[in-house]
Amino acid sequence: MRAYRSPTPAPTGRSRLARARTGRRSAEPQAAPPARASEAVLLAEIVAHLRQGRTQLRDEWVWRIGEAGLLRAMSQEEIFAEATSVYDNYLDALETGTLEAVQAYAGQLSERIVPRGVETREVVGIVLLLRDVLARSLFAKYRADFQLLNRILDAYEPAANRIATTVAVGFVQERERVIREQQEAIRELSTPVLPVRERLLILPIIGLIDAQRARQLTEQLLRAIRANRAKVVVIDITGVPAMDADVANHLVRTVDASRLQGAKVIVTGLSPEIAQTLVTIGVDLGKMNTVGDLQGGIEEAERLLGYQVVPVPEAKR
Amino acid sequence: MGVPILRQGHCLIATIQAALTDTDLQGLRDDLVAQVGRYRARGVIIDVTALDVMDSFAVRTLRDIAQMARLRGAETVIVGVQPEVALSMVELGLTLEGVNAALDLEEGLAFLDERTKGASRGEVPRAR
Repeated sequence: MRAYRSPTPAPTGRSRLARARTGRRSAEPQAAPPARASEAVLLAEIVAHLRQGRTQLRDEWVWRIGEAGLLRAMSQEEIFAEATSVYDNYLDALETGTLEAVQAYAGQLSERIVPRGVETREVVGIVLLLRDVLARSLFAKYRADFQLLNRILDAYEPAANRIATTVAVGFVQERERVIREQQEAIRELSTPVLPVRERLLILPIIGLIDAQRARQLTEQLLRAIRANRAKVVVIDITGVPAMDADVANHLVRTVDASRLQGAKVIVTGLSPEIAQTLVTIGVDLGKMNTVGDLQGGIEEAERLLGYQVVPVPEAKR
Repeated sequence: MGVPILRQGHCLIATIQAALTDTDLQGLRDDLVAQVGRYRARGVIIDVTALDVMDSFAVRTLRDIAQMARLRGAETVIVGVQPEVALSMVELGLTLEGVNAALDLEEGLAFLDERTKGASRGEVPRAR
């Protein structure tokens, strides 16, 4: 492609940065490919042109990212560093037409920036900005020959769109992966079964319970009863904001299943709202042993287990 | 396949070792109810640790055994219900109403000890 190069600098003048650097761009490739040039040849020429103007176009892109107020979560240096590698990867993908490298890079990039709170809108925004910056550079270079410009853009646009889609999809996939992992972690964390005394377990439930979580809670509790040889279990639902009929029935089943394993269940911390709901929807809680708060629940459990808590006299402390 | 019934003090212990047919279950029921009288047992323990499935007939038979044994003067405890079995039982609504349950054989014996000790001395069993 270098054969087409001419000493005339192509007018760009898209931004102040571009203007400031125009003087250095003495060796621009010039538009004069044969009309039969295939898309691959055109793409190669585009890439050569964009490589040439790498520094200037990248700086313009970074400047426009700042102008658009994107990537606020990152420092100027970080944006610059990321922009440089995105630019190079972008050109490689244009040149080779394979998206694997871009896909891999988009994955790594997302891994770095997802935890920083970068949003999908921003990632899509910067990739589209880069596409525009490069397209305008091409436009400026080839605008003398309208036919050629058309064919250049025909070659450039689908490739650029493919890259933009790949990067955006990579980002969204990474974010979904992070979200899935976090949901898993929350599920694990949110159902601890705690032994507080010999044969006494506490199961504090925090947050909304759905059918899946209710089932998981029950399974975990039943296993813990076996592992700890528990006789009494206190289920504290102070942290549960609301409950529907399904979950209430599941709670009743949990109590029954625990009983089959020889453990008594005490439910504590029913909020006024939950108490009202349960009575209104008519869940049969007759079999459930309920105590007002966790403290009362533990005291009741200790009584059932035969413990007696007495204050130590002052002198013995 | 029959279920062996062992005597341990005042208790009868029946350990189910494999899935039982309905006939086996009825045999177990008849044997236990007969032996409660013959050995003047105060407690019956049925160990179901080996069962990984419990159908409605098995559950009903266990409940029948408990009620019949009570009429003949013995308290029944089911021990060793696996977590998965417990879960599927309650989902099917088979909750063994009115039957005592304990974690394992040791717990079951301790439970019956406490019940029968008080009773044999003419005391009121301690609330549990």
